[in-house]
Formats: sequence, C-alpha cells, structure tokens
Amino acid sequence: MTEILILGLNHKTADVDLRECLAFTDDQVDTALQTLRAQPAISEVVLLSTCNRVEMIFTAKDPDKALAEAKQFLAQFKNIPADRFEEALYLHRGDQAVKHIFRVAASLDSMVLGEPQILGQVKEAYRIATEQKTSGVILNRLLHKTFFVAKRIRTETGIGNSAVSISYAAIELGRKIFGSLEGKSALLVGAGEMAELAVEHLRRHRVNDIYVANRTFARAVELAGQFNGQPVNFEEIQDTLPRVDIVISSTGSPDYVLTRTHVKPIMKERRNRPIFFIDIAVPRDIDPDLNRLTNVYVYDIDDLNGIVDENIEDRSREAIKGERIVAEAVIRFRQWVDNLSVVPTIKDLRAKLEGIARAELVKTQNGQDFTPEQAAALEKMASAMVNKILHNPTALLKTGGCYADKSQHIDLTRKLFKLDS
Amino acid sequence: MDIVIAAAIVFYLLSSATYLAFLLSQKKNLDRVALCLFITGSLCHLTSVGYDFMRTGQIPVHNLYQTLSMSGLAVAAIFIIFHFKYKLKVLGVFAAPLAALIMLFAYQVPREPVQARAIFNSFWFVIHIISVFVGEAALAMACGVGILYILQENSIKSKKRGFFYDRLPSLDLLDNTGCGSIVVGFIMLTLGLVTGFVYAKSAWGRFWSWDPKEIWSVATWLIYAALFHQRLTVGWRGRRAAIMAIIGFAAIIFTFIGVNFLLSGHHGQFTK
Repeated sequence: MTEILILGLNHKTADVDLRECLAFTDDQVDTALQTLRAQPAISEVVLLSTCNRVEMIFTAKDPDKALAEAKQFLAQFKNIPADRFEEALYLHRGDQAVKHIFRVAASLDSMVLGEPQILGQVKEAYRIATEQKTSGVILNRLLHKTFFVAKRIRTETGIGNSAVSISYAAIELGRKIFGSLEGKSALLVGAGEMAELAVEHLRRHRVNDIYVANRTFARAVELAGQFNGQPVNFEEIQDTLPRVDIVISSTGSPDYVLTRTHVKPIMKERRNRPIFFIDIAVPRDIDPDLNRLTNVYVYDIDDLNGIVDENIEDRSREAIKGERIVAEAVIRFRQWVDNLSVVPTIKDLRAKLEGIARAELVKTQNGQDFTPEQAAALEKMASAMVNKILHNPTALLKTGGCYADKSQHIDLTRKLFKLDS
Repeated sequence: MDIVIAAAIVFYLLSSATYLAFLLSQKKNLDRVALCLFITGSLCHLTSVGYDFMRTGQIPVHNLYQTLSMSGLAVAAIFIIFHFKYKLKVLGVFAAPLAALIMLFAYQVPREPVQARAIFNSFWFVIHIISVFVGEAALAMACGVGILYILQENSIKSKKRGFFYDRLPSLDLLDNTGCGSIVVGFIMLTLGLVTGFVYAKSAWGRFWSWDPKEIWSVATWLIYAALFHQRLTVGWRGRRAAIMAIIGFAAIIFTFIGVNFLLSGHHGQFTK
C-alpha cells in the first residue's frame, strides 16, 4: 500500500539560519528531484522550497525506508550533518500529510495568515515536478485537489480579504475613498522602505503620475527614476498638492511638514476633490488636524497599525472556516486513495459491467415472450460475456503489467469506466 | 385591484427585509434576490397604476391615494434604473423601505371613486405631473445616497471602522451616484415647474398665483439650484453636497405632503 509522506521544516520549527542552509535554489530543485526520484524507496516526489519552508512531498511503499533515504539525501545534498536539522524536521504521513499540504497551500500555515503568494509557489513546485516527471498519479491528484481546496478557501472565506500590512492597509483605504486608484496621482515625500513599498502597491493599482520630493534633490531624482516618476523640489511640495490625490510622507523631520495653512488654500484649487494623506513618519510629518478639513483624509502609522491588528483578528476568525473545508477535503481524498487499490477497483469494475448486463437483459426481455429456457440462456450468455471481458483487465490490474506502479493502471481503469462518479 | 396593491406592498416589504439581510450578512446573491423581489413588487404596482389609468384614460393622480401610489412607482422606477447604471446595490436598503412605506401609507387612505376631469387632458398638465414625480424620486435617491455618504465618511474620518466601513462602497461611487441623482432630479424638477407655470397660464391666465404649493416648490427648487450651482462652480462635493441633498429632500416632503394638509391652495384637490 502506497503512502503519502511529507518531510519538511518551516518558520515555526527552524530559525532563518537553518532555513537558509536548507533552501533549494531554482537550479538545485531539478537535480534534487531527480536524485530523490532515483532513491529505491521513493516513487513520486514534489519539492517545495520557499523562504519560509522546505517540504519534500513523496509517496512510498516502504515509508520508513523512504524516510531514511530522504533524510540522508538532505544531509548529502546540502552537505550538512543530519543532526543539525533533525530537530527542526517534522513528518506527516497519510491523512496528516494530505491535511498539511492543503493547509500550506491555503495559507493556513503561513507566517502571515492568508498571504496569497504561497499558492503560486506550490503551483510552481508542482510544475517543476511534472516537467521532471517525478510526480505520478497520486501526487498529481493530491496537488490538483490542493489547488482546488486553496481556491475554495480563498473564495468562500474572508481569509485573504483584509490588508495585513501597513502599506496594503493604506491602499485599501485609498480605494474606499477614491473607488479605483487608476489614473490618480501620488506624491512621495521623503523615503523609506515602507513608503517605497506603498508606492509599489500604487503602481500595481495603475496610479498614473508619481511625484517624488526629498530634502536632497539628488535622492529625489534617484527615487523618481526607480518609480518612473517625476522628481520635485522639497520647496515645491505645496505647488504639487493641487495635482495629486495621495500623499505618502515619511521624512525624518522633527516638525510637521504639512499643516492646515498649507492645505486649506489648495482645496479650493482642487475644486474640493478628495486628498488622502498617509503619514508613516515618526515623529509625524502631517498635522493630524488636517483630518478635520472636508474631503481631506489623514491616516498616520498608528491608525494604520490599528487597522492591521483588527484585520489579523478577522483573518484568524476566517481561518476556522478554512480548517473546516480542509477537514472535509481530507476525508474525500482518503476515499479516493482507498479506492486506488486493486481489489476495490476490480469489484467496482465487475459491478459496473454486471449492472449494464442486467439492465440490457431486462430491456431485451421486455414485451417479448421468451420461454424460461430461452431467458436462462440469455442470462448465461450475458454473464459469460462479462466474465470474458473482465478476464484480461483483471489479470493486468493484479500483476501491474510492465509498470512497477499499479496505481497508473488503476487510475486509468477508474477513469475509462467512470467508476468514481 | 386591492389584491394587486397588497401584493406590491408584500413584495416591497420582502425586498426591504432581504436588502437588510444583505447589509447585515453581506452574503452574495442576497442582493439579487432582493432586487428580483423589488422588481416583482414594482410590476404589481405598475399593474395597479395601469388599471387606474385605463378606467379614466387619464394619468391617475385624482386623489391622495393615486398621487401617493404614483410617487411610489416613480421611486421604484428611478431606483431600478439607478441600480443598473451605478451598480450601487446597497441603495436598496433605502429605496425598498421607502417604496414600501409610501405604499403602506397609500393603502390606508380611503379610495373614493374618481371621475375624469377636463384639466387632466392638458398636455402641459401631464408633462408637469410626470416630470415632478420623476424629479422628486431622483432627489429621494440623492437623499438616500447622501445619508450613506455621511455614514461612510464618518467611518473613514473617525478611523474606527465600524459597522458600515466594509458594507458601504467607496466615497467616490457614493458621491458620483449622488451627483447623478441631483442632476436628473434637478432637471426634471425644473421642467416640472416650467410646465406647471405654462399650464397655469393656459388654465387660469396667469403664471403665478401665490399658491402655497407654488411658493414652497420654488423654495425647494432654490435649494437644489444653490447646490447645483456650487457643484459646478467651486466643486461642492462630498459631505456638504450630501447634507444639502438631505435638506432638499426634507423640503420636498414638506412641499409634497405638508403644504396640502397644513395650507390650502389649488393643489389641495389632488390629495383629498
């Protein structure tokens, strides 16, 4: 009986040093898959490696042997003594493994609950495995189910709904104010990682013009080049305000950079079109009093943090629904795996053919005046045909033919005769 | 015809309840169910108004019941049109109960038998009635959107995302819908007033007769004219426009109902 196993480590079990040591680069994955596939006990394998986790998903007839091989492979391939990572490794088998991969892809196991990248990474890992032909019937089915479950959780629960990073929370707010950000303009005052991330998000939402202001004009020019924007002198900020809809500020200035006296007059020039200030500087750059002006909205770092905290709580609540969907899918997958052995398949196949024979017998006899002898002869013929037809397929399913892996035939048989309807 | 009117009321009430459930649960498709219920209700409503029309061959605004029913139908029609134009689903939370309320009120009013009257055959009179009713229905939507705008703006400004933050659309969409409603409403109201004057001239030989309804109508019109003017010139939008839309609608309700009951004049006969 083939079993699904997952051997891996993640951000909860291993610190970043160890994860770095054990992560596979894109080039390494190909060779790693081939090496793993070459191990005698491992039949199918998919390798997932991201910055937060390394997971080896494989199937084996002899799980203990396969496990030893996988560990040994990791130590040899990465050139690290096994006892360095032994502690951090976790092992899931059977249903637990299925549940684990479902949870990983649905981002229920992520550092940031509900983050969307992981599903793409799992898909990529699977794509490479199919290219290298190391994934077979069982893992193909498992991964397809995984994508299905992850997608279902994403659409049916609110796990990915609300923003859980400062910069994204700011974008979400912008969309509540402006509807779409497409065609809007933004001004970046100062620089900083968080501000630049927010600008990246803005670009992705197709913001039109981006202006960049900085105390050092050279830095403004440099940043503007990076975002494909226009550099602005620090003294020109007020002149730029009528043209922009979103202002992201993160300077090191000890005083407010923009106050009521700067903004009030420009609202008239803007014909009262709304303007949104995102202040991620500490100490603050933008006078919070501005929020009182009509059509002016000011959010500072604490406000945004507050939103993020609330959203994280929301996501944990939604994750409970996700877990329920996972539990359901694990049971379904279990049923499929159980059917994927020889005996039930032969049974199902026979039941299907006999069902057809019986139905056709009834149809033929309907309205005809057969003598009991004739009817018996018909039945005999039908059952003989079923047996003759079944003879070869049954033999092949039992021996496995020239493939070592019977699951190939079983899967094909189930599909050909539509045994899992 | 009683049964058709009752059916319309029941559908409006069911639609209101479904819209409320949609607001609370945010369940997909619930808004579609609500819209279907609403449209069914408005079709029943249309049947009843059509029946009244067939009986006299004149636009059915002969008594208070018919006038209310007609205004309810205008609200329903405008809401359905706006729903498809602006995709502002949540507006149903305002429009469906409003239609239900108007019809419930109308249902209570005694329905005296009506007779065809000569003035109803005037072209100007018919245009006057239709444009005033459509205009007022559009301005009712503007008021509803204005309320939603203020709720949403408060939740953004206060930085405490309360009940409404996730449930209401963006300020931009609310403001645009409000602006669209005001434009339609104001144009129709203007047309209604002008045709009213023309009709008065043809019927009584004078444009203006210091009738209380006339005075209040012009006062209401001035409120919207001010809002319209400010929007075009200095770009009044957002909160201020929303507040004006609410004030304007309060004036409309008074002009529509209050004047007829509290003051007397030549419009009074239509609401007895």
